[in-house]
Amino acid sequence: MPDIFGIPPQALFGQLLLGLINGAFYAQLSLGLAVIFGLLNIINFTHGAQYMMGAFVAWMLLNWLGLGYWWALIIAPIAVGAFGMLIERTMLKHLYKLDHLYGLLLTFGIALIVQGVFRDQFGVAGQPYGIPAQLRGGTDLGFMFMPNYRGWVVVVSLVVCLATWFVIEKTKLGAYLRAATENPALVQSFGINVPRMITLTYGFGVGLAAFTGVLAAPIYQVSPLMGADIIIVVFAVVVIGGMGSIMGSIVTGFGLGVVEGLTKVFYPEASSTVIFVIMVIVLLIKPAGLFGRAR
Amino acid sequence: MAETLLEVADLHAWYGESHILHGVNLTVREGEVVTLLGRNGAGKTTTMKSVMGIVTSRKGKVSFRGQDTIALPSYAIARMGIAFCPEERGIFASLDVKENLMLPPAVAPGGLSVETIFELFPNLKERLSSQGTKLSGGEQQMLAIGRILRTGAKLLLLDEPTEGLAPVIVQQIGRTIRRLKAEGFTILLVEQNFRFAATVADRHYVMEHGRVVDEIANDALDANMDKLHEYLGV
Repeated sequence: MPDIFGIPPQALFGQLLLGLINGAFYAQLSLGLAVIFGLLNIINFTHGAQYMMGAFVAWMLLNWLGLGYWWALIIAPIAVGAFGMLIERTMLKHLYKLDHLYGLLLTFGIALIVQGVFRDQFGVAGQPYGIPAQLRGGTDLGFMFMPNYRGWVVVVSLVVCLATWFVIEKTKLGAYLRAATENPALVQSFGINVPRMITLTYGFGVGLAAFTGVLAAPIYQVSPLMGADIIIVVFAVVVIGGMGSIMGSIVTGFGLGVVEGLTKVFYPEASSTVIFVIMVIVLLIKPAGLFGRAR
Repeated sequence: MAETLLEVADLHAWYGESHILHGVNLTVREGEVVTLLGRNGAGKTTTMKSVMGIVTSRKGKVSFRGQDTIALPSYAIARMGIAFCPEERGIFASLDVKENLMLPPAVAPGGLSVETIFELFPNLKERLSSQGTKLSGGEQQMLAIGRILRTGAKLLLLDEPTEGLAPVIVQQIGRTIRRLKAEGFTILLVEQNFRFAATVADRHYVMEHGRVVDEIANDALDANMDKLHEYLGV
């Protein structure tokens, strides 16, 4: 196959796929952040730690209980989501009427504690987590060789993101959620238990982070700092997309993953900074973000 | 005499540090239309929001069909069959007209059907897929009233439904309120415009400085006109 812009196609598509995978993680994590911020008015800095916890729950299930990947995909989001709801009920709920800064500080503090506990227990070295047997190997697509697990991650993430978008934008439950984001007191006066809805929404956002962590476990190693590494980029993604926009989070997440991947091909030196450069430009031109509404 | 539906006794309410209601007393009987008249800042809206549980810092007695509601959260109060239509109308920008209309869940059987609501407010039918806040002020008010008629709530708290609307729309709202009364709804209405209030209500309470200071039957309104002018400063 001929080169494309002087780049061998295998390298180009390989990086593109890697970019899509990172983008899938960015999209799912920023989606969770957007849903949480919309309803709770909290910038959930614990999100990275909760993603890491998802990966660790998968590792623990496998190594301590012998339950594999497919069980982890179901159990980890529920377990970590329940942990999130406990935090919401005992701590976050006191902060909703205060400035964003308080929620940010509290959730950042919780993230540091959680990461510290895992570091103390497991050290900083990553723990390997194998790809499930059904998804080992790869497929020759003609123009490139695709590892099956990576294809699975991209497809599952797309499905989860679009399903979340559908529920929020097109269903009755989503209408409650959107209305409560605008005016929780009025929605509550219609007979809807808004505090419970807030708790469940936080649980969902956190569960989504944990689900992403399980998806990531076989690709990256399971390490206490995996969340801290990715969450900085995810916050940049959120700033670029615009806080609180559902479709904006999804499109920006995947889009920036691809941009990052392509940068690795054409100008590798900038690949770890390109997202932040874009963030600066977007902040200068459209401070509310590409898909955000000014508040 | 009809059964007392809503009873408010010695109701106090606060916004943060400021003490807004200083012992409100009023009753609303089943099937009545009762208005709260008074100047801006007299506590009319706060009274409604306290009954509804939206103002949470409150003390005293509020009971609905004999059941105390003062300790309940607003969603539980709504489920007893009380619905509130706020002064600012509260139409949701991120929902289309249909979603706005269908948003409040049914709290009791016997709510109006969507067809009946369209019959009352034909404009809404043509705008179903518009964004809620793209409607005119009058249409938004119709939507705000229409959506709480579906739920089966029998006590409606309407906060200044005619504010800022053209006379022809005000007449339409007036017709709607009389029709709702005929259908058996009980309505507590906040109004600045007592001429409008006189066309729909059975009784009027006058509020001043966070208290109910007078009660006037609608047929005694003319005889009390001087007093009323003084209360309302018109």
